[in-house]
Amino acid sequence: MSFATGLRCRECGATYPDDARYSCDECFGPLEVTYDLAAARGSVTRASIESGPRSIWRYHDLLPDAGGDPVDLGAGWTPLRRADRLAARLGVRELWLKDDTRNPTGSFKDRVVATALSSARQLGFTTAACASTGNLATSVAAHAAAIGWPSVTIIPHDLERAKVAMSSIFGGTVLAVEGNYDDVNRLCVELVDEHPDWAFVNINLRPYYAEGSKTLAFEIVEQLGWRLPAQVVVPVASGSQFTKVAKGFEQLRALDLVTGPAPRMFAAQAAGCSPVAAAFARGDEVVIPQRPATIARSLAIGNPADGPYVLDELRRGGGDAGAVSDAAILDGIAELAETEGIFAETAGGVTVATLHQLIERGTLDPAASIVAIISGHGLKTLDAIADRAGVFATVPPSLAAAEAALAGDRLVVTR
Amino acid sequence: MSVIVRLPSQLRALVGGVSEVPVEAATVRQAIVAVDERFPGIAGRVLDDRGSLRRFVNVFVADEDVRFLDGLDTALREGQTVSLVPAVAGG
Repeated sequence: MSFATGLRCRECGATYPDDARYSCDECFGPLEVTYDLAAARGSVTRASIESGPRSIWRYHDLLPDAGGDPVDLGAGWTPLRRADRLAARLGVRELWLKDDTRNPTGSFKDRVVATALSSARQLGFTTAACASTGNLATSVAAHAAAIGWPSVTIIPHDLERAKVAMSSIFGGTVLAVEGNYDDVNRLCVELVDEHPDWAFVNINLRPYYAEGSKTLAFEIVEQLGWRLPAQVVVPVASGSQFTKVAKGFEQLRALDLVTGPAPRMFAAQAAGCSPVAAAFARGDEVVIPQRPATIARSLAIGNPADGPYVLDELRRGGGDAGAVSDAAILDGIAELAETEGIFAETAGGVTVATLHQLIERGTLDPAASIVAIISGHGLKTLDAIADRAGVFATVPPSLAAAEAALAGDRLVVTR
Repeated sequence: MSVIVRLPSQLRALVGGVSEVPVEAATVRQAIVAVDERFPGIAGRVLDDRGSLRRFVNVFVADEDVRFLDGLDTALREGQTVSLVPAVAGG
């Protein structure tokens, strides 16, 4: 059973029952799900978790109430892989990659959609919706299709083709908006007021949605053999994943399921959309919105709602935030693929490039363990690598031609 | 200047359930104060103790975030809409 008890405002502490609301009536602060951890102690054990399904639902006790009927396409329990070849490139001792490319629709969003739609079903909704930079739209459309719900997913008009295709194939309604993600987001917040019967997973279901990201922390600890990593690097868009990964570690520590200091958290952003990294570098508590200009579309949120909480966590734990160029992002995608056989989307390139940047800066300790989250699959952003990927040479079907080409004589080079 | 202030559902109970309130104002701050004069309590929900915009409220003038303009001092033109929108993001 879920030990969730209700909702609480992160800003002013006002409490609410667990219904469909997303902002505090008093101060507009974000709401988050609260748990009765005292009751969970002793009931939630390593053994009880280990006997659960190989998905995020093995942690159902520490997630919002799914009423025993979770929406489940198999999100979560993705591989945590030791990455010695990439570690050697970086000059670090112990590096692990949380390979969330391996989710049902190819990104970590399946975790948060599973928890959001499970709660939505409990709350009586029958239509799924979202504002998205692409990965979320795909996941919402897929999960809605699997439970027979209609879906309305709203995206910027200029997204990667693969993300548009992946979102529309499930039969839902995909609406493109002539604007960037922040425009889409604002529009959807206004749409929620007009369509209160739609479950916008990242707006009116946001408290339940965000909880799904805690499962990244739960899995990392369990897959390390019930051990906390020293350092964790998380890509930051809205900041929700980052703050919930930190909350996940904290809950496991509070339940004595793992002991040791909380991991130091590090944020990864693209230089072309780095409002959180810029605020951290300034020593500022205020996140100044930016107009995104980066190939890392899945991280292109210029006005990140959870940014202030990312800053709090970075300062609490002595972390740092990277901001990497588009060229470094492409290098990161290639390096990850060439060293570890993992093909990541641009957000994964941001994470790898941030590893380099923060090690060079000296804030990420190369002697202590590091876990880096690779949040989405490379097939989603083929456009970004189009100039780098392609055949070496095209030859006629003759042995001589093949040998000549392979000896370095380029024939017709196609890109 | 006659402008329209558009309110999110969280504030509509304070204004008798409507979604839009027409007011006379030359700046965003004046527009918020003008709504508050008719429906006391609105300003306190949108502005903090120092009179600044609360950090989880976004204000848009003609669909532009006022943080990219002159904030609460952003000048208004006749007929424009000022939208108060809760800050919530994640894509």
